[in-house]
Amino acid sequence: MEAIEILFTASLWAAAIRIASPLIFGTLGELICERAGVLNLGIEGIMTAGAFSGWLAVYMGADLWFGVAVAAIVGATLGLLHGVLVVPLGLSQHVTGIGVTLLATSLCYYFYRLAFPEVTSPPKIDPFQPWPVPVLSEIPVLGPALFQQTPLTYLAFVMVVLVAWFLERTPLGLAVRTVGENPAAAEAQGINVTWVRIGAVMAGSALMGIGGSFITLSAFNSFFFDMMNGRGWICIALVVFGAWRPGKALLGAVLFGAFDAYQLRLQQLAGAVVPYQFFLMLPFVLSILALIFMSRRVAYPRALMVPYRKGER
Amino acid sequence: MTRTATGERDTVLRLDGITKIFGALVANDAISLTLHRGEILGLLGENGAGKTTLMNILFGHYVADSGTIAVEGRPLPPGDPAASLAAGIGMVHQHFTLAENLTVLDNIVLGTESLWRLSSRRDAARSRIRKLGEDYGLAVDPDVTVASLSVGERQRVEILKALYRDARILILDEPTAVLTPQESAALFETLKRFVASGLSIIFISHKLGEVLAACNRVTILRGGKLVADHDVAGVTRAELAELMVGRPIPEAKSEPRAPGAAVLRLGRLSAARGLLSLRDVDLEIRQGEVVGIAGVAGNGQSLLADVISGMQQPSHGRLELNGATLHAVTPRAMVASGVARIPEDRHAEGLIGDMTITENVVSETYRSPALSRFGLIDWRKARTRAEDIISAYEVKCPSPDVPVRLLSGGNMQKLILGRVMAEGPKLVLANQPTRGLDVGAVSYVHARLLEARSKGAAILLLSEDLDELLSLSDRIAVIYRGRLSPLRERRETTIADLGLLMAGHGFAGGEDSHAA
Repeated sequence: MEAIEILFTASLWAAAIRIASPLIFGTLGELICERAGVLNLGIEGIMTAGAFSGWLAVYMGADLWFGVAVAAIVGATLGLLHGVLVVPLGLSQHVTGIGVTLLATSLCYYFYRLAFPEVTSPPKIDPFQPWPVPVLSEIPVLGPALFQQTPLTYLAFVMVVLVAWFLERTPLGLAVRTVGENPAAAEAQGINVTWVRIGAVMAGSALMGIGGSFITLSAFNSFFFDMMNGRGWICIALVVFGAWRPGKALLGAVLFGAFDAYQLRLQQLAGAVVPYQFFLMLPFVLSILALIFMSRRVAYPRALMVPYRKGER
Repeated sequence: MTRTATGERDTVLRLDGITKIFGALVANDAISLTLHRGEILGLLGENGAGKTTLMNILFGHYVADSGTIAVEGRPLPPGDPAASLAAGIGMVHQHFTLAENLTVLDNIVLGTESLWRLSSRRDAARSRIRKLGEDYGLAVDPDVTVASLSVGERQRVEILKALYRDARILILDEPTAVLTPQESAALFETLKRFVASGLSIIFISHKLGEVLAACNRVTILRGGKLVADHDVAGVTRAELAELMVGRPIPEAKSEPRAPGAAVLRLGRLSAARGLLSLRDVDLEIRQGEVVGIAGVAGNGQSLLADVISGMQQPSHGRLELNGATLHAVTPRAMVASGVARIPEDRHAEGLIGDMTITENVVSETYRSPALSRFGLIDWRKARTRAEDIISAYEVKCPSPDVPVRLLSGGNMQKLILGRVMAEGPKLVLANQPTRGLDVGAVSYVHARLLEARSKGAAILLLSEDLDELLSLSDRIAVIYRGRLSPLRERRETTIADLGLLMAGHGFAGGEDSHAA
């Protein structure tokens, strides 16, 4: 009974939204890359790099928002690397992406050791504080869940609308979508496929960087090794779950956040009887089930993972 | 004819000394041509003559090694599609360049606005597309996805893309390859409206009849060189064909012949694969006759061919071969009963590119006693057979031991023909046997098919080329959405009749199609 009651508590949904926030950024970023036809498996490393660089900037005295900007720039730079390797050079997107993840993660650890050779407990910063939205945060249940979050969470929700608008309503968004569907069609209309794809990968990677920085600047207040803990891979699955649509991707991220928050509470409730690993597993199992259920008949971008070489049929 | 009437005419496009070399191949050799305002210029040539290369240079997909292009007197920067678009050149590619999951509107508007606008002007675009569609008879709903359109409608979208950008010069690359004769005729009418309103058109084709019907002037390329530039008035098909190929082309003539007993009989045969199905197909082919099947691509031709070659099981109905009803239809059983096939796609289902000519020659019939002993292939005999085919069918190759992928398309097809005829087939299943071949190879294939017919083979010819069907077939049927019209004698059939059937007239509900 108690297990059901948890579902109606504001704290569960507040936690769900909090857990979902970095996933929303990451998923939107991956979604932009994939709509342009580029799979970006560098996401796990790019998010780690965002988390580390944003946090390091703030630790060294920068403003929190400046840290977010640093994370975005670092993300975009890694995106540029991935883009140059897979778009004009046409390398395997899988292999390159995993390479970018390994490179970015290792570089973070390397620079962490360089910056803090002799610390035992990780240095802390003052993270973003919750910023209750006036009036709206007074609504029962919904208010505390949605409107007593940190500014970065609000930014995540705004980004969903902006990315959807960008893809569906702007000429550049149309170019991105066409490049991911049929690059030859874009080329025939005078669009430079290479630049649009690289630009999309950079923009998407910048969002991944911001998603990473949420972990160190909003959810926690310091940087640990392995703190990304597979969130990037979850985002890859959420893009498929969301059928490459920003709105559905948001739904997926919140759903995953809810599963995760729920299992944490179930652990406390039934941890004595059921091993806690079972609960840890739950969100992933449910994600796989939802993935199977949701993604059977989706229209994936036709040119996803297909390199484009000018003048070739 | 027109130059004298109007004196010195406006030149809208001038290509001067265009040369393009790919490795050892000179694709375009110092080609110069001009296009005048309000004219339809036919660009004629065989495969590999350099038509498409030339147009890709004009459109900026390739950069020429030398030569210049001027549009309305202004030089065109090389290798920049955006510059070609801006100069008013619109290209309708043979293989459409449309993004299928996007709407018609998206496909047309793409690239016409500044990429940095915060919002696309979709309402204005929508009404402009509607207006263009009405003005030129190219109506398409702007808000449906391209995936839901027919081939003819997709071509309209391609043309609208060019018109939407105010193209002054329209290049159409083999535009009728996918159209029914009626759709082609409608396209020619549309083109006449375009030139009347001041556009100029380059019409690329290898179909002589169309060039004569649609164009004012014709330029012929052969082996990368420009060999002729003629007004169409007073030119005959035979003259054009000779200019294109460089030697006279014998036209295949099919002599009347009394057919023998039925070889293949299909009785209310149905089969399904994916969304496509054959429904209640009745068909009979007799010894010594060619039965032609006409139809727009994708109406069930390949499914029918696959059933007859044993690759697809029918779901209902009867399949009789040489008077015996077959129950289990497998490729091996069909080969053993004397069915030889010329497949639609010689690369995918005909030959194995990385295996040698000898291996390919025996790949269907290696079980035959003439080629094997005690279950082992006799490679000496196999090689002899390959050599026989190479000399009898004039396959150009260094030796029977080279991989097949090194052969040209025409030589691959000759090799397949040789393999088909080697075992003295009772039924030859020829699915698009001349697709992608040049005029010389086409006439060769036709002659060999008629030779097999005179030896008593039954031939089923599936083709999208109506001229080919009408010149070879004794009887013709039309396939439309998996249904087959009754067979009719070739003498009693016109292109117009076939065109109507190909567009589905006479098939509705199926009541009148089964009358005969």
